[in-house]
Amino acid sequence: MTTKTPLKLHVPQPKARPGESPDFSSIVVPPAGSLRKPALDEPHHAIREHALGMIRVLDEQGDAIGEWDPKLSSEQLIRGLRHMLTTRIYDERMMKVQRQGKTSFYMKCTGEEAVAVAQAMALEPGDMLFPSYRQQGLLVARDWSLVDMMCQVYNNTKDRLKGRQLPIMYSVKEVGFFSISGNLGTQFPQAVGWAMASAMKGDTRIAASWVGDGTTAEADFHYALTFATVYRAPVILNVVNNQWAISSFQGFAGGEQTTFAARATGYGLPGLRVDGNDFLAVYAATKWAADRARDNRGPTLIELYTYRAAPHSTSDDPSAYRPDDEYQRWPLGDPIERLKQHLIRLGAWSDEQHAALTQELDDYVRAAQKEAESYGTLGVKPTSAASMFEDVFKEVPPHLIRQRQEAGV
Amino acid sequence: MARMNMIQAINSAMDIMLERDPNTVIFGEDVGYFGGVFRCTAGLQKKYGDHRVFDSPIAEGGILATAVGMGVYGLRPVVEIQFADYIYPAFDQLVSEAARLRYRSGGEFWAPITVRSPCGGGIFGGQTHSQSPEAIFTHVCGLKTVIPSNPIDAKGLLIAAIEDDDPVVFFEPKRIYNGPFEGYHDRPLVPWSKHDLGEVPEGYYRIELGRAAIARAGSDVTVLAYGTMVHVALAGVAESGVDGEVIDLRTLMPLDIECIVASVKKTGRCVILHEATRFSGYGAELSAQVQEACFHHLEAPIERVAGWDTPYPHAFEWEYFPGPARVKRAIDKVMAG
Repeated sequence: MTTKTPLKLHVPQPKARPGESPDFSSIVVPPAGSLRKPALDEPHHAIREHALGMIRVLDEQGDAIGEWDPKLSSEQLIRGLRHMLTTRIYDERMMKVQRQGKTSFYMKCTGEEAVAVAQAMALEPGDMLFPSYRQQGLLVARDWSLVDMMCQVYNNTKDRLKGRQLPIMYSVKEVGFFSISGNLGTQFPQAVGWAMASAMKGDTRIAASWVGDGTTAEADFHYALTFATVYRAPVILNVVNNQWAISSFQGFAGGEQTTFAARATGYGLPGLRVDGNDFLAVYAATKWAADRARDNRGPTLIELYTYRAAPHSTSDDPSAYRPDDEYQRWPLGDPIERLKQHLIRLGAWSDEQHAALTQELDDYVRAAQKEAESYGTLGVKPTSAASMFEDVFKEVPPHLIRQRQEAGV
Repeated sequence: MARMNMIQAINSAMDIMLERDPNTVIFGEDVGYFGGVFRCTAGLQKKYGDHRVFDSPIAEGGILATAVGMGVYGLRPVVEIQFADYIYPAFDQLVSEAARLRYRSGGEFWAPITVRSPCGGGIFGGQTHSQSPEAIFTHVCGLKTVIPSNPIDAKGLLIAAIEDDDPVVFFEPKRIYNGPFEGYHDRPLVPWSKHDLGEVPEGYYRIELGRAAIARAGSDVTVLAYGTMVHVALAGVAESGVDGEVIDLRTLMPLDIECIVASVKKTGRCVILHEATRFSGYGAELSAQVQEACFHHLEAPIERVAGWDTPYPHAFEWEYFPGPARVKRAIDKVMAG
């Protein structure tokens, strides 16, 4: 008779907890330029190393290395830097106003600015974006009004969403930015449906969507990849792997076993794993996926490898579950610092120019805040409560008219 | 006019909408090449091509999610969930997304989706092919819920649902696809071809959502029913021998409360029928609304006849299904009250 081994359950544990030293020793950071840039028609199985390795362009000195260098002009790079800085300063301002009690909630994308900004810049203006809640940089890069965004955060009289949504759950149809849900992952297969419609109609526009590492565990992730591969939908599906889903590290989404980009393989799609703090790599990978989609070659899954430097939200305290200084030790650095360094290496930028730009954007954000607050803050000069009965249906039905009368608004 | 059963009437509605509106698209499990397991989409892919009518993966959540995206793009998707029993994986996309998109985006985005799904029992389908989950959807703000009881209504209501800019859940009682079922399982089925309501206009027409129909006018008791139970109600009224007024609700949300109130104020008695389980069933809402509006006109407590509060048991179909005998008992009780 053989002895039977008792079974053991594996419960993932992050490398370091509060009070311990951050440990990123298991993260392999390949040299910039080490992965080739495949042709658009290469089959997914021929580029498996792109799903397991990491596409990087900027090296430690700030030089652009290898085939993935998108060779952007200095003007484009400075525009990218400007959008990332605007996003960071905007986030800091909004965090402050939440602390001052002018709104209930906020979510920063600090450390992840390259994701949304470079991706928006790599797409065409008509392409439809189905974001999650940490891609405010998409709106900034599409030159949307900060005042309008703040009015939503404040739920004030100029909030186009009529005070119905939690702060930062923006919706801006005018620039192709889909209404943020708050239920995680639902937008991923919706983007595929939009892309299918675009293909059904013989349109030329493509779609892009974003989820976090944690949300890859949702059924919607599987729906999105299945429908995308079945119908070869012109869509870019992005997983922002920022290591943390509130307090759960990415091991709870299966990140210990393989990369998130590698999941593409099982669906027969190309998967690209990208240094998410490398503006040039993010831009180039997105452009490659977009070109592929536009060329009727179907969807691409991109994993953007980054780090959530911010708390999950203003309701979160990361010091309760991870070392305080993890972000300072993150091996892929800071996206703004890295692009700034690159521009300096190109001779197109200086510390003085950077300081001046920072000051200019700070003034710009403060002016926007002043204007937005003139339209009210949460609970002070809010939008009319009578509007809460509108838009449930296209026409207000009789039972809601009766309820509005009963509510006395 | 043409003789149609409910399947043909539903097919005709989709055929007309595909023809009239280039943004109407149809997809779901087995609906394309094959034409659907109940044949509701038969011939449509051949006629309109596989960009307008196509098969989908077996993923109800994915079907609803992609329909939302298509709706946002500007299409008018009509999706089939093969059995109402399989709709639950799509629940989040229906409840959190399709239903609330217009609201949460301040009116910027919406998804004019029609979700068709065969529902109900009486076919020996067991607990995964017999459910009547309509009440769950009526509880969701932003969804409209429709259940037709005959071919002529099915076509007109489906056209109205497809043209509606709000998401509509359109349940099709599969027991009456081929003929009205009065609940007598031991009697031969009467086909729709031998029924007045199987005479269906061939062209375009709408039956507006939110309007009930009087299936039988009467003065003694009001019987509220929808779907298959309209026919059971008529049989129950006949068995009881009273002059019952049977109201076919047709649309559960929005509800035609005026029609109901006018009838109950006239009869002073009310019996509510549905196949779905009783506890928190749609009858609870009807009962509440009737007593709120008609309390002083009621001669007897409202009676409910519904499915028992158990899963649908395969071998005990007829012990479970609320047939005419139970309807008669309820009518007798309110008449005695």
